[in-house]
Amino acid sequence: MSVEVPLIGSLTDVDAVDSNLSGIRVGVVTFPGSLDDRDALRAVRLAGGTGVALWHADHDLKDVDAVIIPGGFSYGDYLRAGAISRFAPLMEQITAAASGGSLPVLGICNGFQVLTEAHLLPGSMIKNNHLHFLCRDQRLAVENSTTAWTSSYSEGSEVVIPMKNQDGQFVADEHTLDELEGEGRVVFRYVGGNPNGSRRDIAGITNKHGNVVGLMPHPEHAVEAGFGPDSSAFGEVDVRGGVDGLGIFTSVLQKLVNK
Amino acid sequence: MPRIVVDVMPKPEILDPQGKAIAGALPRLGFTGFAEVRQGKRFELTIEGDVTEEVLEHARSAATTLLSNPVIEDVTRVEVIEDAQ
Repeated sequence: MSVEVPLIGSLTDVDAVDSNLSGIRVGVVTFPGSLDDRDALRAVRLAGGTGVALWHADHDLKDVDAVIIPGGFSYGDYLRAGAISRFAPLMEQITAAASGGSLPVLGICNGFQVLTEAHLLPGSMIKNNHLHFLCRDQRLAVENSTTAWTSSYSEGSEVVIPMKNQDGQFVADEHTLDELEGEGRVVFRYVGGNPNGSRRDIAGITNKHGNVVGLMPHPEHAVEAGFGPDSSAFGEVDVRGGVDGLGIFTSVLQKLVNK
Repeated sequence: MPRIVVDVMPKPEILDPQGKAIAGALPRLGFTGFAEVRQGKRFELTIEGDVTEEVLEHARSAATTLLSNPVIEDVTRVEVIEDAQ
């Protein structure tokens, strides 16, 4: 089932999207407590693809070409953020399909926490070092543009993406951090100060195959002029005009359409 | 009914932001002399029937797979307690 997400006006200042992309189906998983699932579906549509709603308790991946695990507070974040979601029936299918390197999977915020709990990505998240809930437009450096989700960006470029979380401090042991750095698996790094104490300013990482990416900030909130951040790393924008997050979604669509 | 208690603590090398905040608040309330606070979790698993070795093994397994995340936490206790009547 594809989901119709109505677009309000044509405020996006993105060049006309590639019509070939509409055949690419990107699933977005809804858990009890997911908040940004509709935003993620909308981001897929704005990038030119077809969003497919997936339900955590189902066993059917509905033939999607990629999966997004959205932000929010799955299962209320009881126990630990992402800990219970990991055992959802649909997560077992996603983990099986993604661990071999074939299915592209993006975890945003709570989705990133779920991916670490599912062992699709290393490390873990703990409370922000200042213990405050954080909500701000965050500048990030794109450190790896070879993943399934970042090929639309050039390496070393910067983006401005909103972030909002309580458990956003990325931690891992020194050996794991060295491995991530050595293998170029740090995908995004915080620029202009570390907002939450994350080890080595890490905001996003990928797995060995580059198909699974997790990041703390929310690219789906920076895809439409009129609703994004007030600034962009790609030049002047109108108020709420930043659409730097759109590249995440066009990356995976372009990669899949060229496969 | 007997209960199995599972204690989970943040690993010593992991900064514990909640414990740190509590440690900061204690002296403000006059509770001085505590050098550090670590905040963990206690789970109580109530058992119907007898606690066999198999039941205990299930509890240990649950403790390391779901109740704790081995990247950031240690299971420090898995122990049977009987209800005091």
